[in-house]
Amino acid sequence: MANSSSLFWATFKRDLILAFRHKGDMVNPLVFFLIAITMIPLALGPEKAVLMRIAPGIIWVMALLATLLSLDSLFRSDFDDGSLEQLLIAPYPLTLSVLAKIVVHWLATGLPLTLMAPLLGVMLSLPASAFVALCYSLLLGTAAMSLIGAVGAALTVSLRKGGMLISLIVMPLYIPILIFGASAVQAAALGEAYNMQLAVLGAGLAIALLLAPLAAAGALRVSVNA
Amino acid sequence: MTAASVLLELRNVACERDERFLFAQLNASFYAGQVVQILGPNGSGKTTLLRILAGISKDFYGDIFWQSQPLNNVAWDYANDSLYLGHLPGIKKSLTPIENLRWYASVQGGVADETLVNALGQVQLAGYENTPCYRLSAGQLRRVALARLAFSRAKVWILDEPFTALDKSGVSELEAHLMAHSANGGLVLVTSHQDINVPDLQVLNLLDFPVDAQSFNRPEDAVYG
Repeated sequence: MANSSSLFWATFKRDLILAFRHKGDMVNPLVFFLIAITMIPLALGPEKAVLMRIAPGIIWVMALLATLLSLDSLFRSDFDDGSLEQLLIAPYPLTLSVLAKIVVHWLATGLPLTLMAPLLGVMLSLPASAFVALCYSLLLGTAAMSLIGAVGAALTVSLRKGGMLISLIVMPLYIPILIFGASAVQAAALGEAYNMQLAVLGAGLAIALLLAPLAAAGALRVSVNA
Repeated sequence: MTAASVLLELRNVACERDERFLFAQLNASFYAGQVVQILGPNGSGKTTLLRILAGISKDFYGDIFWQSQPLNNVAWDYANDSLYLGHLPGIKKSLTPIENLRWYASVQGGVADETLVNALGQVQLAGYENTPCYRLSAGQLRRVALARLAFSRAKVWILDEPFTALDKSGVSELEAHLMAHSANGGLVLVTSHQDINVPDLQVLNLLDFPVDAQSFNRPEDAVYG
């Protein structure tokens, strides 16, 4: 089935090219992440003990908000220029082509956020022992957030002002990710084991990987039909 | 396949939007080798009908058959055999024409780049292969979308206002293309407010299928969803 893999890769490649041609859109959440975290020590003062205590939570909350910022554009341009209709009627499982788009979204936002996080951890005096946990938890967490966020983006793509609604739909589902992600980093900072938190994040990612593309594909059919 | 074989058949199709029927009791058969112009004033449901026939919208009453099989049973074959070009051209402006066509080519399992370059040549866009589409004019963008017809293997072309923004020579080139497709046993369903110069042009006027409020019973049991 040469046909089965090709539209996945074609969509993957096309969206990757588009992400690099629209560098501004791609950099926007990263700049937000950087600026918001840089402001914390300026506002709270450079007291190491205080920053160390709040660092895991702050980094995770900002990563979540940065992801949320980037969601609205996931299907928006495809909807506006008609390529979403074409994706829908292509003789190819919509779930897979949606998955290709989500993977690109993660490569363009979640992965850079994860790579930037240790740098910002230094700024917030996060102990070096927590860096590994920070990267692992964000790696799993941002991927799950891209997947879940795609469902929200698909549901609101036909609405002119869907941004606010996405946050409301997606936020409750992000909360467990936030709790376990921040808790993994906190535990690592205190020198405790954080396997359990990572396992829960991994399980969440597995469920999201299985269900979110299906749900997003269904939601897109409803949105385009309306 | 004989020239008279029925490709698409509509039986008692009705479509409701905002508690108002656009058309009802629409019965029609479309044969291989036909070019059918769908007529009707603005808001009469031309685009809606094409979106139903393209498989985008499932929000209608009645039955549609593809080569005498219910459309829902052969959706995969039908998706392979149909090409839909909506009034949104489906072209990414940040990509070049050739990159856009490559994505469409992958839908049918990939096409060699020379074929795509040829297709662009056929719509008078030779030399624009690597120009970003945001630099092209509206008519040229439409031509990029129409270049898909040159390498498509689809039997049914569903074209919503394909003549929009085209210049005179573009219109006659497209007409020639439609004729060639029907001569090869293809079927073309097209909406346009202009006259189309194609011999044996068939016409389907949506005003011929008005809703008679007294006699029309909403076919509740035939809801597709």
